[in-house]
Amino acid sequence: MKELLVILISSALVNNVVLSQFLGLCPFLGVSKRVETATGMGAAVIFVITIASACTSLIYSFILTPLKLEYLQTIVFILVIAALVQFVELALKKITPDLYSALGVYLPLITTNCAVLGVALINVQKEYGFISSVVNGFGTAAGFTIAIIIMAGIREKIEFNDVPEAFKGSPIVLITAGLMAIAFFGFSGLL
Amino acid sequence: MNKYIERISNGIIKENPTFVLMLGMCPTLAVTISAANGLGMGLTTAVVLIMSNFLISLLRNIIPDRVRIPAYIVVVATLVTVVQLLLQAYIPALYETLGLYIPLIVVNCIILGRAESYASQNSIGLSAFDGLGMGLGFTLGLTAIGVFREFIGSGKIFGANIMPASYEPISILVLAPGAFFVLAMLTACQNKFKLRSATNGSGNKEESGCGAGCASCTSNCMPIQEPEQEIDKSKK
Repeated sequence: MKELLVILISSALVNNVVLSQFLGLCPFLGVSKRVETATGMGAAVIFVITIASACTSLIYSFILTPLKLEYLQTIVFILVIAALVQFVELALKKITPDLYSALGVYLPLITTNCAVLGVALINVQKEYGFISSVVNGFGTAAGFTIAIIIMAGIREKIEFNDVPEAFKGSPIVLITAGLMAIAFFGFSGLL
Repeated sequence: MNKYIERISNGIIKENPTFVLMLGMCPTLAVTISAANGLGMGLTTAVVLIMSNFLISLLRNIIPDRVRIPAYIVVVATLVTVVQLLLQAYIPALYETLGLYIPLIVVNCIILGRAESYASQNSIGLSAFDGLGMGLGFTLGLTAIGVFREFIGSGKIFGANIMPASYEPISILVLAPGAFFVLAMLTACQNKFKLRSATNGSGNKEESGCGAGCASCTSNCMPIQEPEQEIDKSKK
């Protein structure tokens, strides 16, 4: 139990996926204009990454390892993730249309999010078991959500500020991300 | 012959993936802590890009239009796996330092972007040279950022000490936040001098849900998942 908690905290805060590992930067910079959309994106990411880490972990330990096909992991994982996102979308539409209308727009964007593939590969690299993989996936996605919501909150405030002409648009966003990364360094004392 | 040279200069200067198109930002920020890492990552990506452009151009009349993006992903993923195994066998030091970012070349926007926008419509030779140009442009971008960060952040270039011992390195530049600051300064300069770049609207015109970092990445990859009318429905 303690180990799982350590994995959760380290993946969500200490090794934050966006601010210290630079995965999933595109949605982090692109979909963080408003808190509302950022929350939707974050929720969709939590949903997909958690399911994807569960699936890839099962496939790795019960199909690829017994067949000695570990070297195919990248190809298999990317296909599984692409198919999974499509499947999740169909399933959500059928089962919970409400959730689908909230997350639907963001789901297609997620396959291109390198964090999903990144987490699956990290799980293999660190030799996590099924439960640890799921916890790591959830933690990573939660870290992404925390970062993107904070970012969106700050960006909503920045709009009212007097930013120098040259820094308007993406430069100021990147500087904000840099400052957030410094702030997240503080979490490294947690473990 | 001129067309081939034009492809290379296009990739290095006119449509430089790092400075103008602003594609593939994840590896750009993550591996440029030193010039050598930037160079290694750039060359690895360039090799994958040349081979993927070549193969996709070769197969462009065979792959059915509807499943083209999944097919491209499989081609790219296969090539990345090959390159990863080769690196592991012959350049283990680079393999260790780049680690996770080698398999993640699969989801690098540049590769799918070039496959979709260039290699799927042009001849094999031109596509391979386009890959070479783009790859060299990416390598140049990563190495330049790497040299800058390594020089300021640790007073070295390619691991060789060039600053006097009294120089106090500004080590934040080789840490994670430094990557964001360097990129912020770069885009700010481009805005200031109105250089061609995705961030000030004159480089890459395609704007999509994904904004500056990966403008053409999502517009290329979106169709994998869902036809557009589906998205419209959910908006209603």
